[in-house]
Amino acid sequence: MSLTTTIDPSAEPVLVPTSGAAPGSVATSPASPAVTLRGVTKTFDPAQGPVIEDLSLEVAKGELVAVLGASGCGKSTLLGLVAGLDRPTSGQIVTPGGRPALMFQDASLFPWLTARGNVELALRLRRGEARRNRNDRRAEADRWLDLVRLGLHADKRPHEMSGGMRQRVALARALAQGADLLLMDEPFAALDAITRDVLHEELGRIRAETGLTVLFVTHNVREAVRLGDRVVLLASRPGRIVREWTVPIPHPRRIESPAVGALAVEITEQLRQEIRRHAR
Amino acid sequence: MPADLADRTADATPAPIDETEALEAGLDVLDAPTRTTGPRARRVLARVAPPVIAAAVLLLAWQVLVSSGLKPSYALPSPSAVWASLVEQLQSNAAQRSIVGSLRRAAVGFTISIILGTLLGIVLSRFRLIRRGIGPLVTGMQSLPSVAWVPAAILWFGLTDAAVYAVVLLGSVPSIANGLLAGIDHAPPSYRRVARVLGAGTLAELRWVTLPAALPAYLAGLRQGWAFAWRSLMAAELIAYSPQLGPGLGQLLDTGRELSDMPLVLASILLILFVGIGVEALIFGPVERRLVRTRGLAGG
Repeated sequence: MSLTTTIDPSAEPVLVPTSGAAPGSVATSPASPAVTLRGVTKTFDPAQGPVIEDLSLEVAKGELVAVLGASGCGKSTLLGLVAGLDRPTSGQIVTPGGRPALMFQDASLFPWLTARGNVELALRLRRGEARRNRNDRRAEADRWLDLVRLGLHADKRPHEMSGGMRQRVALARALAQGADLLLMDEPFAALDAITRDVLHEELGRIRAETGLTVLFVTHNVREAVRLGDRVVLLASRPGRIVREWTVPIPHPRRIESPAVGALAVEITEQLRQEIRRHAR
Repeated sequence: MPADLADRTADATPAPIDETEALEAGLDVLDAPTRTTGPRARRVLARVAPPVIAAAVLLLAWQVLVSSGLKPSYALPSPSAVWASLVEQLQSNAAQRSIVGSLRRAAVGFTISIILGTLLGIVLSRFRLIRRGIGPLVTGMQSLPSVAWVPAAILWFGLTDAAVYAVVLLGSVPSIANGLLAGIDHAPPSYRRVARVLGAGTLAELRWVTLPAALPAYLAGLRQGWAFAWRSLMAAELIAYSPQLGPGLGQLLDTGRELSDMPLVLASILLILFVGIGVEALIFGPVERRLVRTRGLAGG
């Protein structure tokens, strides 16, 4: 965490979507990481101070890291930086597998396309995608929809689906991007409890089938413990890592299980302490 | 079976995968919005009946006004006199020739307007400086009656189709450009983010995200552009009367004026109105209904 590479923001792009090791190689864990953040700081308005400060984090391939924090901890900013939508003010972000996929809280499906059409668009826009046969693309889109169990609803439009179904289409679309790393920005926050629980199981099943790496941002502590291999707690203003837990509970987990509950209580207490610091 | 039941209650681990699948399928059925539509005959009736009744009421009011004798019959002819004039024009093929002539010019003028208006809209949306410079002018043009351009157009192009097209373009291009611009401006910003996350470049974003997102407002702009084009065309035909221009509804109307043939004047006006209603009912109406249906937008 002490290693900070400060770079000139006007120079080279900091997101390095190349394969292999990062330039200026820093010691990496044996399992090569899907994403490495080194001393990342993001400042939008210098008068307000940094939104994220000196954040270093590594997510190993196949791992799910849940990032927890109260409002204002820069969770969404963090994902925007990793996704390459924005650049850090200083520090370095390396994603060896190329551009990550990103899923938002609202499914953000395009309403003029069917479920299949939305997934097909992701395939069409995929980097380095040679012009492909329309039937191939359609068949692949259907396979992704089958994976999220929406094969029967491929021709439905977003307004004809429930919130949970829309979010599953968004997941299929994100997976269809072919990225090694999936960033999820509170993807289940707007769903009812039962649907959310089912989607937690779905995500677990899909991770088991595809070996997907996930950086998952949420403000729901139980969700973080339910899903995460590790849970990272961020402080607010500026966003900084306060503490990190490795979740020892074996998969599959249930949100109401006592082990999940116990760890959630511990993390919640730390989170509350963190929020209390901001009281005047 | 009791054994099976005991099995399940003792099971504190997650439900087996097929059970989750069934749970999920159940949620999909329960949560997905359902659409209710009445029988087709009733829907058609509900759409057709109100305008028919409204037209009948207007016709009746017209006849009452004529019967009251408030205006002499040469100034306010009866519906039957106008009908007779209409039938006469149809039998002599004059009405058909006029409609075809006007529609041909409208179609050509409007097609050019769509191309120019769309390009102008895209340029204005992409280049802020150009938009600051000529955006207000484009919007101002919408409130300028395009008839005002007729004298200038005749001086520039003479009594030719080019003069008529110039007037039509000046009338409809600004509406189309502004409609597209509004659609691009009002698209949710999340669409742009998603496009970038999916890896779209500038052109791909325009083609696959920006333009489809702008379609409803663009369609509204096209509709208004068509109305302005048709109006401008009628004004141009009415003023720029010349044998060179060939037949048109504006010319037919002007013939009626010259002959002080009030039934012909009203018959021409009705024909102009019918073409406008026809284009709306056959082209814009169905396209908009389809758009509203596929995107789940509210709409009548």
